[in-house]
Formats: sequence, C-alpha cells, structure tokens
Amino acid sequence: MNWLLLFEQILNGIQLGLLLFLLAAGLTLIFGIMDLVNLAHGSLYMMGAYFAYSFAGWTDSFVIGVLLALPATLLLGIVVEVVALRTLYDRNHLDQVLATFGLILFFNELVRIIWGPAGLDLPLPDFLNTSVEILPGIPYPTYRLAVIAVGLLVALFLYLLVARTRIGMLIRAGASNREMVGALGVDIKLLYTIVFGLGAALAGLAGMMAAPILTVEVGMGERILIDTFVVIVIGGIGSIRGAFLAALIIGLIDTVGRSILPDLLNLMLPQAAASTAAPALSSMLTYVLMALVLAIRPAGLFPPRGA
Amino acid sequence: MTLSVRSVTVILVLLGLALVPPIASWVDQGYYTVLFARMLIMSIAAIALNLILGFGGMVSFGHAAFLGVGGYVAGIFIFHYFEDGAEWMGNGYVQLAATIVASALVALFIGAICLRTRGVYFIMITLAFGQMLFFVAVGLEIYGGDDGLSLYTRSEFPGLFDLNDRTTLYYVSYGTMLACLLVSWRLINSRFGMVLRGARLNDRRMKAIGFPTYPYRLVAFVISGVMTGIAGFLLANQTDFVSPSMMHWTKSGDLIIIVVLGGMGTLFGPLFGTIAYLLLEDILPSITESWQLFFGPMLILVVLFARGGIDSLLGPRSRPDD
Amino acid sequence: MKRLIVGMVSAVALLATPAMAADPVKIGFVTTLTTNAGAIGEDMRNAVELALDHIDRKMGGRDVEVIYADDQFKPDVGKQETVKLVEKEHVDFVAGYIWSHVLLASYKSVVGKGPFLISSNAGPSQIAGKLCDPDFFSTSWQNDQTPMAMGEVLNQKGIKSLYIMAPNYAAGKNMVAGVERTYKGEVVGKDLTKFPDQLDFSAELAKIRAANPEAVFIFYPGGHGPQFFKQYAQAGLKDKIPLYSVFSVDSINIDRLGDLALGTLMTQFWVPDLDFPANKKFVADYKAKYGKYPSFYGAQSYDTIMLIKSAVDAVGGDLSKRDEMRAEMKKANFDSVRGPFTFGNNHFPIQNFYLREVIKDADGKFTTSVVQTVYENHQDPYASECEMK
Repeated sequence: MNWLLLFEQILNGIQLGLLLFLLAAGLTLIFGIMDLVNLAHGSLYMMGAYFAYSFAGWTDSFVIGVLLALPATLLLGIVVEVVALRTLYDRNHLDQVLATFGLILFFNELVRIIWGPAGLDLPLPDFLNTSVEILPGIPYPTYRLAVIAVGLLVALFLYLLVARTRIGMLIRAGASNREMVGALGVDIKLLYTIVFGLGAALAGLAGMMAAPILTVEVGMGERILIDTFVVIVIGGIGSIRGAFLAALIIGLIDTVGRSILPDLLNLMLPQAAASTAAPALSSMLTYVLMALVLAIRPAGLFPPRGA
Repeated sequence: MTLSVRSVTVILVLLGLALVPPIASWVDQGYYTVLFARMLIMSIAAIALNLILGFGGMVSFGHAAFLGVGGYVAGIFIFHYFEDGAEWMGNGYVQLAATIVASALVALFIGAICLRTRGVYFIMITLAFGQMLFFVAVGLEIYGGDDGLSLYTRSEFPGLFDLNDRTTLYYVSYGTMLACLLVSWRLINSRFGMVLRGARLNDRRMKAIGFPTYPYRLVAFVISGVMTGIAGFLLANQTDFVSPSMMHWTKSGDLIIIVVLGGMGTLFGPLFGTIAYLLLEDILPSITESWQLFFGPMLILVVLFARGGIDSLLGPRSRPDD
Repeated sequence: MKRLIVGMVSAVALLATPAMAADPVKIGFVTTLTTNAGAIGEDMRNAVELALDHIDRKMGGRDVEVIYADDQFKPDVGKQETVKLVEKEHVDFVAGYIWSHVLLASYKSVVGKGPFLISSNAGPSQIAGKLCDPDFFSTSWQNDQTPMAMGEVLNQKGIKSLYIMAPNYAAGKNMVAGVERTYKGEVVGKDLTKFPDQLDFSAELAKIRAANPEAVFIFYPGGHGPQFFKQYAQAGLKDKIPLYSVFSVDSINIDRLGDLALGTLMTQFWVPDLDFPANKKFVADYKAKYGKYPSFYGAQSYDTIMLIKSAVDAVGGDLSKRDEMRAEMKKANFDSVRGPFTFGNNHFPIQNFYLREVIKDADGKFTTSVVQTVYENHQDPYASECEMK
C-alpha cells in the first residue's frame, strides 16, 4: 500500500464529503423541521452553479460571482418556498415527492431555455488554479483545498448558529417537536421561510463550489441528490451533526473505495473480472452502508430526540 | 342496477385494450400493439406496487429491482439456451418458475430487513437495495454489464403459446394484468387485506388487538415482488432487451408516480395511471422537444388539485377506507 | 378520463389515414438531442441538414424526409425510439447512433425487419464480428481501430509505460482493447469509470500520479472530455505527463477546452483539413452555415446521407430493389469527406487513420490538423469473425 496515495485519497474523500455536507445540511433541516421531502433541493444546487456562472461572467471575477450568487440562491429559495412549497407542508410525503419532482423538470427545462443545453465552464482565477505541495512529492489542487476550507467554515458556522443563537434554539426545537414550537407562539411561517432560504443558499453554495471542478449543466442536481438523501438518512433526519459525520463517511467510502477496491480485487480475482467488478462494487458501497446502518439503527445514527 | 361512471370507464378501458391488436393491424400500425403491450406490462408492475404502497402504506422506492430480477432471469436463461444450447433453459415454464422463485426469494430477503423501518427510512432502505441490485447487474460482465443483454429469441411455452408472436405476447400480458387485478381485489377484501390496511392506518392498534402485522406486511411485500418480477419477465420478452437501466432508481420513481397519478389505494388507479403516463411520454416529445416544461407543472397541478389521482375524477369512491 | 378516451379514439382515427402513393424516402435518424450530450446530436443534425441542402433534398427523383429521434443517452429509450421509427413511421433507412450500447440495444429491431441500418458513429466489436448483417453499414469506424492507431503512435514515440482510463461501457471497453492490442510497452494502470454518471476523477488522478507513467491514454467522449482535461490540469498533471486521447476532443467541445487542449495529440479517420474536394466543400459550407467547424460526428453523418443517396439514385428511387441498393452501398460509390475508401466484408470502412493535433487556425479558432498518416487502408480486427463474404 502506498501511504502517500492513501493520504491523498483521504483528502479527496473529505473534499467530496464536505460538498455533500453543504447539500445535506439544508436538506436535513428542511426535512426535519418542516417534514418536507424536497427533491428540488438538487435544482437549487444547479441554480447556484448557473448563477455563479453568470455573475462571474458579468463581473469578471470568480469570487465576486460567488458572493453575488449566494444571496441570489437564497432569494430564489424564499420565492420557491412562498410560491410553491408552502401549500405542501400538510400533505403526505408522496404528494411532496411528486410535486417537487415536477419542480425538478420545470427548473431543468427553464435552465435549458435560458442558458442553453450545452454544458458551461466556470473558470477559476489563477490563484486557485494551481496546486500546492501539501507533502513532499504530493501536489494537491489549491481549489480542492479551498473547498475543504469553505466546507469546514460552513460546518463551524452552522454549529454556532444552531447551538448558540436564538434562531438555532428554535431550529432545534422545531426538529424535535414541530407542533409544540407553534403552540408556544413562535411565528412558524417565518421560521420555515428562513430555514428554507438558508438550506437553499447552502445547496447553491455547494453548486458553486462544484462548478469549477465539474461542468455547469442541466441535470447536475439529480446526480448528487440521491447521495445527499443517503447522507441525511444515515445521519438521522434533522440532525446537522449526523449529516456532517455521514457526509464525511460517504465521501471517504466512495473515494477510497474507488481507489483501492481494484487493487484489492486484483488479489482475489483474475484481472479481467476484477477490473469490471470493481466499478460496480465501489458504486454499491454507499448503499450497502446505508442498508447496514438502517438495519441496525432504523432511524439513522443520530435520531433527533422526540421524533 | 345503474352503472357508475367508474364502472363504465373501467369496462370501456378494458374492452378498448382488448381490441388494440386487431385495430392496430387493421390500420397497419403494429407499433400500437407494441406500445400498449408495454403499457399492460408496466401496469402489472404498478398494480403490484399499489398493493403494498396504496393498501399497505409501504412506499417501496426500489421496486424496479424486481422488474430487473424477472427481466434478467428471462435474459440469462435465453442467453444460455442460445449460446450454450442448454435446451431446458429455453423452456418458458422453467423460466417463469425461476422468475417466481427468484423474485420471491429476493423480496423475502429485502422485505425482512426493510420492514423493520418506517416512513422515509423505509423509502430509503428500499432504494438502497434497489441500487445494490442495479450495480450487481452492472457488474454482470458476461451478461453485458452496463450495456445490457439482447434476447435473440423469446420465451416459448410448448403446447400453450409462444411469446415470439406479438399478438400472443399482447394477450398474455393482458391476461396477466387481469389476473393481477383479480388477485389484488381478492386480497384486499380478505381478512389478510383488512390487516394490511389496518396496519397502514394504525399499526399500533392492529398489534394491540392481536394481529402481528409484520408477517402480514412481509407476505404482501413478497406477493408484490413476485408480481413485479413477472412483469419484468414479460418486459424483457417484449423489448428483447434487458439492461441495468430497467432497475435504475428513476424507474422505481416512475412506478411511484404512476401509482400516485392513477390514484393510490384504488383497484384500477394503477391501470389508469400507467396508460396516462405512457401515453403522455409517447405523445408529448413529438409535440415539443421541451416537453418537460409542461409535464413538470402538470404533475404539481395533479398533486394540488386532483388529490386521489385520475381515479378520483371518476366520482367518489364507493367504499372509502380512510 | 372521458377526455383520455376521446384522445385515444382520435389518435386511432388519425392512424387510419392511408399511405400516399408518392411517398418520400423516409430516413429515421436516432441521436442524442437532450442531456449534456445534446450538443453532439445537434452537430449531427446540422450535418444531415447540410447534406440535404447539397442534394436539394432529393434522392433518385424522390423527396427525402428525415425524422429525428432522441435516445436521451439511454439504451432502453433508444431502442423504443427505434421500434417507433420502424413500426410506426415505416422508415426506409434507420441511421445515426452515437453510443455503442444504444446501437447494440436497438440493432435487432432494425436488421431483418426491412429498413437498412447505417451507423453514423457507434462501431461496437460485436456488430463488426459475429453479429454482422447484410443490411447494416457503417460510415464511421469500428471502435478498436482508432485506439489501435494511437497504440502505434505511442510505440513510435517510444513510450514505455502507459496509464489507461475510459468509461465502463461498450465503446470504452473496445477502446481499451484497441490500444492494448497494438501498444507494446507496459500498461501500469487502468481505470474504467462509471458512465455517464461519474464526473469527478480525483481518485483516479491521484492514482495516475502515484503510478507515474510516461503517458496517459484516455477516451472520454462528449461533455466528459472537457471535465477530464480540466481536472487533469487542476491536478497539476498537464505539464508533467503527456495526455493522448481518442474521441475526447471534438469541434463541439474544443472551444470549451481552449488552451487546455492545445497541442494535444489524437488519432482519427477524418480531420477538417483533409485535402479532398468533398471535404473542402463540406467544411467550408458547414462553417458558412453554422459559424463553426464541423465535428467528426458531423462528417460521418454527412457521409451517411451521401451513402443512402448513392443507393437510392442507383435504383432510380425504386426502394423495392433492396438487393441492388445493398450492392450499390457495398461499392461506397460516393464522394466521401474522408476521401476514397472501401467497405470490408462486415460493411465497416477500410480506411486511413491520421494523427491529428489541436491548433489555432488563422482566425484564432481552435481546430485540429493532420500531423501524419498512421494507417493506410486499415481494416478492423473483427472482420474475420463475420461470416459474410
């Protein structure tokens, strides 16, 4: 085993995990507090990437583009909540799934009409488009390090927000017992809108972070949506702490699995069989993990109290 | 006795479906036999899903996996029959028996684990198993892996029928669909069905009055899995092709949408839902390339204004159960 | 519900319209018009339309109607659309197909059912070998050929160790087999990635760095190409380990790649600056009409229409003369944009393969240019497995 390689793969895994966390944090809050299954969360991720693309294009600066795209996604989230989703809170989960699936189709087509069907590239500024030698002989892309830094900062921010502020208290209360919070005279509508906007902004931020690595394109949200759901279910719905841990676990398992499984299988199987079984097996790992977790702990790793 | 709108509609739809092959060949449009055969087969899967989703409250988000199990049994048997000359594997009875056994075992295994969870966790754990089976299919290198497997002949049932004939396949699918409707109807109106529906509405109370709901729900899950497996078997024969894509999570999602669109927990809803969904899917793209712009909001409107799906448009249900 | 029945009845009534006597020549063209690969389908459609302009939309004195179908990048959808073209539209030719797995899934729905099948891109080994059919023709190449040519180039350059990456589907596996068939050095690593879902290659790029090969060979078609080049550069590998590719840079994504791809080497049967009259006309008119260079997908699609025209012309528009049409197509008797070529026994072209390099043209536009000829009149290795003579 090459330890330097393993170290690099762990970094890659953490980077993917933190990206998933940005998405999962919002989704788990929306799910836990409003009891809303929002499939369109991936669309907000996509919109974030497209906003960043356009703003960065107009201002000629990646950083300013992201800073402008962030409030834009927040605003979009609030609009979506007020116009479309508010009426869905008292519906059952299936109705919500169907309606938000409709939203996905709508957003995808809208993007196709506004920005065109071809994939777009969000170029990086020079200072991020390099690599740093994190260990002797191991250069690592600066931008991926930046993603890790942003992810950790957001995690810290969310921790402080939820644990130390009044609104965080309401969020925690809402996750454990929604009716009680309403009964205590809290403006539950406003709370919902704020939480949804926050979740949308985080999803949009994930989209902006992913855009320079991937391509800004229609349907990019659906690809990552299922992984995000896996994360929040493993973590326990409504739990930010659970989402954080689960996201890192999924990111690591996916990346490290992809990296070392072929070598492991090579030891056990003939080369041809190993090289075809490896991609299938490594894609399966996250689902195996989720099934195991749920079989042992049917409500995830950190089920919110009272739920 | 006066017939309700619903009864008239059901009779007309069933009659109409029975007449598709002769009309299609009359106007020289064999394609419609193909399209409607697909509808019938998908409706079998939808009826199966409705049995546990609509009546049992179990939202399986991995049901397409059973389509895949049935499809791959047919595909793999025919592959060996064709490539290695294994005569017995070309026998339709053997293939069907293998489909039923395989899908029952898979359903028993998945159901036994998944039914320990509830609500959204159940949705996600069934998704997990569905995706695992999907990736198993991707890893089946000799059966084409990601690319899938073409069937070079179809299942033959010596002495009874041969699915190579398009019209035969159509009526076999039609008969199977009717049989599944009948099974569903008998099941949900039996004591078994009462327990199942009771468990959906209030599991704790059912347990309190002495019904161990878990085995009932598990049996329903297995029956549903087997029905879907048979649908997969027919689907492989109908398209001459199996691939992992038939068990992708989006296909499971399609099935759920079909059931909700048609009216979950109603006998004929899944049939209506399938017809509507597949017709739209066939017609809309030929009208405009950006058909999803209309399809999406349409789904939202159905949820907001047609609660209970298409079935609810046919008037109130004769015997509401919730 | 009532409306649904009315709709169904009127749909059936519409079908009853009898076929007209002077039908046009109907060509079904299956390609990808949606998803992130939609740009490829767009380019193919452009080339087909240009070919139709060039022939005044007539073949053998009859009008031509092309029906485009979208496979949504999925084998099952492609298969369904193919069945629809054959059974509902009753087309005379089915053409197109970008993706090998889509073509494999659809193959049996066309051959033996009446229409001719002409692949404008995909060339899986099965169809070149065991599954070959008299009614199938290719205006592109067999998958293995282009990477085989690249294997030769790598040998000539004295590359001793190579790392291979491709997506895990029919064409990806063929590409890997092709380069391994001719490359004589050591393959130090190989990764097949999930297709088309996997877009982040960080884990694989780290492995490449650890393996430290003399060169990397990739096949990432369509939208995947730019992602790979971008991440390759971000990982700091661009200036360290040279990247050789097949079908990963095309005129559709070349502007997105820009400087990332400048100087990149690839092999191909066609290059925009090939010096044949038909090619010059094709490239010049395409640029005039659409304002950009055509891609190889477009070149193949243009040839598809010209091949069909040669057959329909030869029988004077009488499409019942199938044997004559087949014999005519077998002659490849038309001005191909790749220059003269012949068909092998499996109806795949026997043709030249070139090494091409990404350059900037006089107007500052990115394009590719011929460096050398790698193979002359090359036939694919599966032709011997095909039982046709």
